[in-house]
Amino acid sequence: MRWLRYISIGILATVFLASLFAGTLAPAPYAKQFREEPDAAPTRQHWLGTDDLGRDRFSRVLYGTRISLLLAPAAAFLAAALAGILGGVAGYLGGWTERSLMAAADLVLSLPWLFLLLAVRALLPLNVEPLQSVTITFLILGCLGWAAGARVVCAGAGALRNSDFALQARALGCSEARLLLRHLAPNLRPLLLAQFWISVPVFILAEANLGILGLGVSEPLPSWGSLLRELEGLTAISGKPWVFVPLLLLIVSVTAFQVLLVDQEMPS
Amino acid sequence: MRSRAILFALLTLTVVAGAQGGGQLRFCLHSEPKTFDPVLVDDDASERVRYMTGGFLMRLNRLTQQLEPELATSWKLSNDGRTISFQLREGLHFSDGTTFSADDVAYTLQRLMDPNLHSTTGDAFRSGDGKLQTQVSGPNKVTVTFPAPVASLDTKFDQVAILSAKSPKKEMAVLGPFYIADYKAGAYVQLNRNPNYWKHDEQGRPLPYLDSIRLDIQQNRDAEMLRFLRGEIDLIDTVDAEYFNRAQSEQIGSAHDAGVSLDPEQLWFNQTAKSPIPAYKRAWFRSTNFRVAIWEAVNRDDMARLVYRGRAQAAVGLLSPADKFWFNTSLRTRPYDPQNALKLLAQDGFHQQNGKLIDRDGHSVEFSLVTGAGNKTRERMATMMQEDLSKIGIKLNVVTLDFPSLIERITRTFDYEACLLGLTNMTLGPDAQMNVWLSSAENHQWNPSQKQPETAWEAEIDRLMRAQASSLDPKKRKEDFDRVQQIAWEQAPFIYLVNRHALSAVSPKLHNVQPAVLQPYVYWNIDRLARNAESASK
Repeated sequence: MRWLRYISIGILATVFLASLFAGTLAPAPYAKQFREEPDAAPTRQHWLGTDDLGRDRFSRVLYGTRISLLLAPAAAFLAAALAGILGGVAGYLGGWTERSLMAAADLVLSLPWLFLLLAVRALLPLNVEPLQSVTITFLILGCLGWAAGARVVCAGAGALRNSDFALQARALGCSEARLLLRHLAPNLRPLLLAQFWISVPVFILAEANLGILGLGVSEPLPSWGSLLRELEGLTAISGKPWVFVPLLLLIVSVTAFQVLLVDQEMPS
Repeated sequence: MRSRAILFALLTLTVVAGAQGGGQLRFCLHSEPKTFDPVLVDDDASERVRYMTGGFLMRLNRLTQQLEPELATSWKLSNDGRTISFQLREGLHFSDGTTFSADDVAYTLQRLMDPNLHSTTGDAFRSGDGKLQTQVSGPNKVTVTFPAPVASLDTKFDQVAILSAKSPKKEMAVLGPFYIADYKAGAYVQLNRNPNYWKHDEQGRPLPYLDSIRLDIQQNRDAEMLRFLRGEIDLIDTVDAEYFNRAQSEQIGSAHDAGVSLDPEQLWFNQTAKSPIPAYKRAWFRSTNFRVAIWEAVNRDDMARLVYRGRAQAAVGLLSPADKFWFNTSLRTRPYDPQNALKLLAQDGFHQQNGKLIDRDGHSVEFSLVTGAGNKTRERMATMMQEDLSKIGIKLNVVTLDFPSLIERITRTFDYEACLLGLTNMTLGPDAQMNVWLSSAENHQWNPSQKQPETAWEAEIDRLMRAQASSLDPKKRKEDFDRVQQIAWEQAPFIYLVNRHALSAVSPKLHNVQPAVLQPYVYWNIDRLARNAESASK
């Protein structure tokens, strides 16, 4: 299945690079409204046509990809880091520390995250830049996404704490800090990587869900979530296959992430 | 010869049956009806059921916008606007067979005004403290006296469905064309033809033509449109422009555009003194020049063309031209004129610097606009405004909020700068506008619940609104309300963006359809809607 992995890496690399160079590749600014050409079919000027306000869809897809594909991994990194720190400490120390941190994780897991996000978004100041707004959204996603990972890491750290090599290290006089950082943390890395790869598509989809509810990225900034809103309603899906491109991109990217994740988990 | 005669007789019967109509009409309610008690109706689905089942003393003809006699053959208003006397039709019966009389009218009105029931319909009649008095002076004559004068008293009876005082099943005994035959929560409401309905058509045939109506409870508008296109339902009373175009292209003759409706989309700036917005921004929002400049800097024709696919028009002012009597015809639509907008802003000390608009104290002009999340139409309008305002150097941040958060901000915390919302006007004229335009009103959205009017023009509007409400002379009322419209146009507390068109989708198989601009758009003449001969024979 190595070839599948290479294809996935190739797809993700292409999509990442295209979005990184959106400023060069996009034929028009993403917010520019060509009001005389609304809802246009693909042309040489507008490769994926225009949306109902006349904005170039290809440009919006490129910029939207940049937002979703850069910020989702950032949020996933934050979530994995928090999970590593809190779960690692809980698992290594055990006792009341483990019990209290895992109780906190259970509390976060039991919260209805969508409603929590709605509430947090409603509390944000109104006059924020669209880019700030989307960054805050992903920051919240990252801050809320640590709990499930922390449980896994905690279990892993707990098992390592009582392992033979840890016992031998302690017997040789290794300090607790050194043991944690030099011996246990490297052994937790595969778990953290898996948590990271799981979180990326989850956060992409979470932003898309918020976008579908109209609570994602603020206009005029595009994201996959806001682009997917074009697919709402009957009229959107009739005779305009090019409007499905953002959906296709989302499916392909999430699938590519999943392929890499499975590859990570498989024993070499 | 005999067989020919039988065939002829059968054909004649078929033609008569076809012309008579019959059959079932199917369409959708978008929510569960909260009640079938006509007095307690305060939601859209219940109102629709009441419209088709209730018998009314008089009814507003949705096409002519004139009040027409129904159960009352005539009525007389007293000079003080407190008393109305009805002469009722004789020999009418409720759907359960009980006789209709003046006692039923008295009973209905007493129930409507019962303070313990908190009837929304009754609220329209509450203009002062005291008890309602009813005097039955014969089986077909009743006089009703309200504690204080009620403006447009007669038109308010368009909402009052008469109940039976004698029937044990109050909600099921109706005088309208249909009665509620069956209801399954979450699924449907079945209305059957009222055999005792009193109206006949011009040929003397009893109305309604239809045998029954099935109202499927269907919240999903996509599913509703799909069912319409598949022929499973016969009409959609209100469709948006996208669905309208789809119906038009897929079912020729099914899309109806009755023209500009009463419903505006509008935005306003928060001028409330106690709001937590910066003082310099409040000063902008309180400037008439600033508000008018925003009005003129927004290309509303583009909005109508792109967002509503041409099925809307730039709004003139607080009333739509669809309100034939009350609309102030001397007002003109404000043109899209960004240059004039800049001139108006310059009068208040605003100037442009590096493409940005700066106020006299050096603040760059930036404000947020809140609107409901999930409403694509308003989000598109806000996005267009964003681009239009950027052309004169104003930065607009569009914020979509879930509806409870939005309402919390605009009614309680006042933590917002500008808001974009739409209105659905169910009634004509100024009566429903009182709770918006009086400066003391809670719905005086830009600066609600003022103890004293904070501006001279708001004081003038207060005076005019009270004067028209207490006047019984329609001409004088019209003059006063024309002036209110003029002031609203000049001062721009609301920036009226567009008036949507009244769009509906109706199966071409349905006859006697005359779409109107007042809701309900299509089935306002429900007793005369009929299926054609082919569908009837099926």
